[in-house]
This record gives sequence, C-alpha cells and structure tokens, in this order.
Amino acid sequence: MDFLRNTRAISKRELASYFESPVAYVFMVVFLMLLGFLTFFVARFYENGQADLRGFFFWHPWVFLMLVPAAAMRLWAEERRAGTIETLLTLPVTAGQAILGKFLAAWIFIGLIVALTFPIVLTCAYLGAPDRGAIIGGYLGSLLLAGAYLAVGMLTSALTRNQVISFVLSVVICLFLLLAGWPPVTDLLVHWAPGWLVRCVAAFSFMPHYEAFQKGVLDLRDFAYYLSVIVFMLFGTHLVLENRKAA
Amino acid sequence: MLAVKHLQKSFGLIQAVRDVSFQVDRGEVLGLLGPNGAGKTTTMRMITGFLPPAAGTALIMGHDISAEPVQAKKQLGYLPENAPVYADMLVWNYLAFIAEIRGFTGRAREERVRQTIESCRLTDVQHQAIGTLSKGYKQRVCLAQALLHDPPVLIMDEPTDGLDPNQKHIVRTMIRAMAARKAIVISTHILEEVEAICTRAIIIHNGAIVANGTPAELKTRSRNHGAVELTVTSPSGDLVNKLQGLAAVARVESQLPRVIAYPRASGDGSSRLTQEIVSLLKANPEWNVTALKTLEGRLDDVFRELTESKQGT
Repeated sequence: MDFLRNTRAISKRELASYFESPVAYVFMVVFLMLLGFLTFFVARFYENGQADLRGFFFWHPWVFLMLVPAAAMRLWAEERRAGTIETLLTLPVTAGQAILGKFLAAWIFIGLIVALTFPIVLTCAYLGAPDRGAIIGGYLGSLLLAGAYLAVGMLTSALTRNQVISFVLSVVICLFLLLAGWPPVTDLLVHWAPGWLVRCVAAFSFMPHYEAFQKGVLDLRDFAYYLSVIVFMLFGTHLVLENRKAA
Repeated sequence: MLAVKHLQKSFGLIQAVRDVSFQVDRGEVLGLLGPNGAGKTTTMRMITGFLPPAAGTALIMGHDISAEPVQAKKQLGYLPENAPVYADMLVWNYLAFIAEIRGFTGRAREERVRQTIESCRLTDVQHQAIGTLSKGYKQRVCLAQALLHDPPVLIMDEPTDGLDPNQKHIVRTMIRAMAARKAIVISTHILEEVEAICTRAIIIHNGAIVANGTPAELKTRSRNHGAVELTVTSPSGDLVNKLQGLAAVARVESQLPRVIAYPRASGDGSSRLTQEIVSLLKANPEWNVTALKTLEGRLDDVFRELTESKQGT
C-alpha cells in the first residue's frame, strides 16, 4: 500500500518536473526531427518502396544513445547538487521506492516521446500493408532498449553530482553494450577468441536482442535480458545511494 | 519522545561525531550549539535517517531509526540545512507532493496543504515556482514541508541562517508557538537564538557534547557570572584598592569607566559580594558610582571557553 502510493507520488512528481522546465519540449522536438531526418533522408524510407519500418527502428539505438542518458543524467545528480536528496530520503520512503519511482517516470517520459512517432506508422499503413507484428515488436524492443539505457543512466547519475560526468559515463557504457554485438566488433574477436567468448560478449550486447524484436520475434529470453539489465542497474543504484547519500 | 543513544560517525580519519547521547521530551526546545564543523549537521542527519550511524541509534517515539526507518520517519519533521526544495516546482504542487507521501488523499490532502500554507504564511506565493522565492520564503516552504503532517518530533538545522531580522522573527515566533506540543531540536550558532527560544542547550565540540543544560545554567559557567560591575564617572585610585580589600572579592578588573569585581565563591558568594560593595559605596559617596549591576554571565563566553580551550585535542 505504502509502496505503491510512494512510488506513484515520486513518479508523478518526477514526470511533472520534466514538463515544468523546457527539457521535455526540447527533447520531443530534437528526437522527432532527428528520427524523421534519419528515416526519410538517410534510410530513404520512400525510395525503398517497401512499407516497413526497418529503416525507422534501425536508428532508435543511436538516437537513444544521445537522448536517453540526457534524460537520465539529472535524476540523482541534480538531487545531490541541490541537496534535495536530503529532503527526499528523510521522508517516510525507502530508497527502493524513490529509485523505482524515478525510473518509471523517466521511462514513461521516453515512452511518451516514442509514442509521438505514430504518424510514421500511419504513413506506412497508408502506403501499403506493413507487417503489424514487426511494428509492435519494434516498438516493444525500442521501449525495452530505452529502459535499459535509462537504468544505466540512473546508475551513473547516482554516482556523481555532476550531470555532465553522468552523461558521458552512461553514453560510454551504453555504447559499449551496443557495440559488443555489432558485427564489426564481433568480427575482431572471431579470428582469435574461442567461439564461446565471442558469443558471451555478443550476448551482453543490446543489439542482437534488439534486432530480434525488429523482426517481430517476441522471445521470452529477450524480455528477460532487458529486464535483468534494468534490475541489475537499479540494484546497483540502490547500493550506490545507500553508501554515499551525502557525497 | 526523542532519545539519541551513543551516536558515532566518522568520515575517513575524521571522527565527526563521538558518542553523542541526549533526550528531548514534549515541550522542550533543545538547541544544538557548536562551531562550524563540530558535528551538529552530521548528528541531525543520523537522527533523521539520512546517514547511517557507525554506532548507536536514535529512537523517535520509540521507533528505532536504523531498524524501522519508515515508521520513525513518519513521526519526524526535518528541515535540512539551507532548505533544499525543488526549485522548478510551484509551492502548492510541492506541498501536495509531500502530503501525498505523508498519506493524505483527496479532500483531506487539499485541506491539509491549504492549512499548512496558511500557517506558514505562504499564501501570497503559493502559485509561484520555489526557485523564484526569496530565501526567507524558501526557508518557510521547507519548514512547511516539515510541519505538514504535524509531527511530534521536529528537527531543524539552522532554521534562521541567512534570514533578515524580520524573517528570523517570524520563524522564531512559529517555533515558539508550537513548542508546547512537540519535541524540537534546532541547531544554530547564533547564541541570542538559544536564549530566545531554547529551553535547553547542548554544546558540541569536535563531535562530543561538552555541556548540557538550560541557557541559565550554562551562563553560570561563565567567568563573569555573579561578578558585580560598577560604572564610575570620576575615578579615584583608592576605589580599586578598597574593593580589592573586601573579604568577598577575589579580584578586581578595571577598564574605566567600568570596574568589575569578581566573587570568591559563586552562588552564595555573589550576594555577599553585592552587600559588601553596597555598604562600601555608602561609606564613600564621593566616588560617583552611577550604575551598579550583578552580571549574569554571557553565553558567548561559555561557548568560547568550551570550544576554544580544547582545540587540538
């Protein structure tokens, strides 16, 4: 009872705070314009002559790489810098409720922005008969990927009171997790490393799991992968907060 | 209502708080005094559950802050140093958020926020962003946050720091008004504040309690306590000598036009001292003594003696 109420209250406050500053609007505009540009001019959506959103979803991991850490960097770093973490964590809430509340708020925020790409789905449906499963899978994968990025950003945000440091750290970590399964990187390993190591490194990567969703394949293992990344990162955040609240 | 038991904390090699224990009952306003860096804020952060203590604990209405933090925090209102509140939020929205966490819902929540805004005199600014407010208002928003659920125990870290005299007066009036119903701890380094609102004071130095008593009791520790001060307009040499000759006088300090005679023994010695000086003055009317008073001693002196003499230990 308390758990739900506190998590919801913190989540609501955090979500509102995105919209109380210009942050939310800057994000929306940048995300939508960037994605639009990449889909139509780089991936050549029209010229391809295929009614699918592969070119659209292909860019999500790269656009998220910039935007999601930026949305996550303030979550704890700002609380630390302004000292509000002291007021927040001396309320009758647990650190777990605060972490989950903030995470959900940021995830909903990203979800809202991703939802604003709906015109491209309509366009696609107007032009042809796209594979519905692939689109639903694409969006699901995109949301889960955003969640994993966010969880990484949350951990780096808890580590520092400086938002820039948090941003850079989480971009680097996310980039690594993204590239670990990217063929050019795995090709580097293939020539000398044993196969199990290549598969192991690649399995840590966001990419293969993301691609499965894009094809419309909803595999429980891919869900489990993203959820375990999220849980692991949030748990790390909890440890960090417990150990260095005042730092 | 609040029992602090053997709290300890160190940061690296620095022992910030060593074995601090005290108790605060309903109706008491306890002042935590000490120079900057003495460990006041760290002590408060441990009592409120923000920092885990290295040893010891605090009981708030019987709830152990380490063992059942959520139950303990429910009984607690806390005003942290520098009043950290979300700058982007409107005053009303912020307090509505606090009310939700404090378990108020629906109409009751709205009513509670409205009452709190009124009692903290925030009506004029309730629809402004907190970041645009003056320091005095910001402090009161944070105080409102601490008072919203009418907690039996209230902890305030330098509640009047950085405020102008009018704003200080408002905050002190509010503290005094609710003192009877609550157990209150405030930290401060403004000594007049202690005399104005505290029923008891604790002096902390290098993380340890060096004095604990009512402001009046603490003042008796001052070396001036019980001394008699004479103001002399036309000084004459034998005044000091004759004072020195009195049985009850330990020594005389003369900084014309003020002459201070210190008693041999405090308490009883002080009234004997006054009697002797009065009769001496009656016998020598030509000395032109225009004022005569018994000194209470000053908290400043006690504070300095206790927190300077032990430097480096």
